[in-house]
Amino acid sequence: MFAYVVRRLLGGIPIILGVTLITFLLLNVVGGDPALQMAGKSATEADIQALRAEYGLDKPLFYQYLDYLKQVVTLDFGRSFKTKEPVADMIRAQVGPSLSLTLPALIATSILAVSIGLIAASFRQRVLDRGLMALSVMGMSISFLVYIVVGQYALAFQLRAFQIHGYDSDLVGRWQYLILPIIVLVVVGLGYDTRFYRSVLVEEITRDHVTTAIAKGAAPVRVLTRHVLRNALIPIITRIMISLPFLVTGSLLLESFFGIPGLGAQLLDAIDSADFPVIRALTLLISVLFVVTTVLNDVLYAVVDPRVRLE
Amino acid sequence: MTAAALPEARGRFAQTLADMWASRPAKKLRRDRFALVCLSVIALYALVALLVATGLIGSDFADRIAPNYTPPNNESWKHWLGTDRQGRSIIVRMLYSTKVAFGVGFVSALIGATVGTLMGGVAGYYGKRLDAAVVWLYSTIQSIPNLLLLIALSYAVSQWLGRGILVVYVAFGATFWVGPCRVVRGEVLKLRESEYVQAARAMGYSNARILLLHILPNTMHLVLVYFALLFVGAIKSEVILSYLGLGVQGEPSWGVMINQSRAELISGYYWQIGAATVAMFGLVLCFNVFADALQDALDPKSL
Repeated sequence: MFAYVVRRLLGGIPIILGVTLITFLLLNVVGGDPALQMAGKSATEADIQALRAEYGLDKPLFYQYLDYLKQVVTLDFGRSFKTKEPVADMIRAQVGPSLSLTLPALIATSILAVSIGLIAASFRQRVLDRGLMALSVMGMSISFLVYIVVGQYALAFQLRAFQIHGYDSDLVGRWQYLILPIIVLVVVGLGYDTRFYRSVLVEEITRDHVTTAIAKGAAPVRVLTRHVLRNALIPIITRIMISLPFLVTGSLLLESFFGIPGLGAQLLDAIDSADFPVIRALTLLISVLFVVTTVLNDVLYAVVDPRVRLE
Repeated sequence: MTAAALPEARGRFAQTLADMWASRPAKKLRRDRFALVCLSVIALYALVALLVATGLIGSDFADRIAPNYTPPNNESWKHWLGTDRQGRSIIVRMLYSTKVAFGVGFVSALIGATVGTLMGGVAGYYGKRLDAAVVWLYSTIQSIPNLLLLIALSYAVSQWLGRGILVVYVAFGATFWVGPCRVVRGEVLKLRESEYVQAARAMGYSNARILLLHILPNTMHLVLVYFALLFVGAIKSEVILSYLGLGVQGEPSWGVMINQSRAELISGYYWQIGAATVAMFGLVLCFNVFADALQDALDPKSL
């Protein structure tokens, strides 16, 4: 088991290297010159040169990449080009707001989607199932942005139920700002998840052992939880695990719309201002988490399904 | 090709079409009335896009026809959905956007599906290092948040190409191939060992011929469904790129319209966001439903 986990984690190194390579190519080779952005409009050519030298942007590309890899290995991402703060501090301060937004949204979406999927699967091919699935597809067909704009207008502006914009770092005070974006996030994701879980659950519910359980007179709730849901755990766990690493960066759009000072808004801002250290650190963080959760996911398989052997 | 071979090839093409029409999935699809309605709606949108592309309607999308924010009225058909903040007809802009949506959806889906199919096919068929390289590439891309990659890519590419529709194509093309690639690779891995492929190998056909003519055509049912999904994905993502100013430039799109109307709703000007949302909803919904029906019809498990 331990050897398995270590081997799998080592197997993730090429992927993490790949992510550093892609970020590097996108930023340093294809993207703009951050020195131009940092220096501002009134800067002279000498100022820009000085900035390039200060951040090592005048070195050959290969050496710039080596510098970057050195940062990765030492986990020291330096300071933001824009705010001059250490990147690690920025991430520490902003990961909280992001997770307060995305974690409750993921939990709510998953519980709702699995429950609706279970209802739809129990009534498969009947009116209720078709209605729920039609609603899901309709929900998927509306733009993310429309949900945000209409949600802000109807719930926050008209009904005054929530705050439109802003954030409070207080553990209790933050919810008056977070509930509306969480609702939007849940509504946006619900259609996709419900359809996915329904198809998984329909496959389980039509198996012979479920028919047997019903025939021998087991209570419907027991059939659904013990015989159907339990056997569907692997795809459900996978779907949740796969989305875990991406929770860290919050939601790029929602955070900037609702004024939540999280990593998503930070990332958008960093891309806009060519703030390389921030973008690099965050993409790397996510890819490392991605590799770790994939391994964790396979370990969980073995936990929920005794037939699975880790080798 | 000789002169005599041409009619023969044409005959074979007609025969292929006839076979497709008579095939079980096509029959199943023809029986699915809901899917047919959706297909008709898509065709209607396509017709509008075609009319715009030929310049018959919509070329006057920038003209001022009434005061700013005139509500919908019956003065002429161009006033039916009111005007925007510069007094331009919403309905004309909405119709014009159909062409942009089809352009973005079709080109992005075509790039994504073609690149994905070829990469997946090559990886699955040749295996070994080539396979490892392709798997590594898409695993890497998958571990970067999709939206982040899309936005970073658009910013980077726009430094070179300038902002506009070309950036949208490049960004979508570079990220959309992953889905079809994974699915096609998995299917090719299975087909590679099947008897008809071994027979083709025994006949001495080249690897390229076996892959392109014998294996990849048998993955088309998967690619077709992905094409529809990518089409929808492109239209929806364009809205987000437009929000960031990286989308379509100099002409209206549903994304541009939705973004323009973000602040208008609070002042009670609902018609622009309403028109763009409904127009987009109709097309995306029909594509989603049709993709489902297509998947059901092509699924060999269901009869």
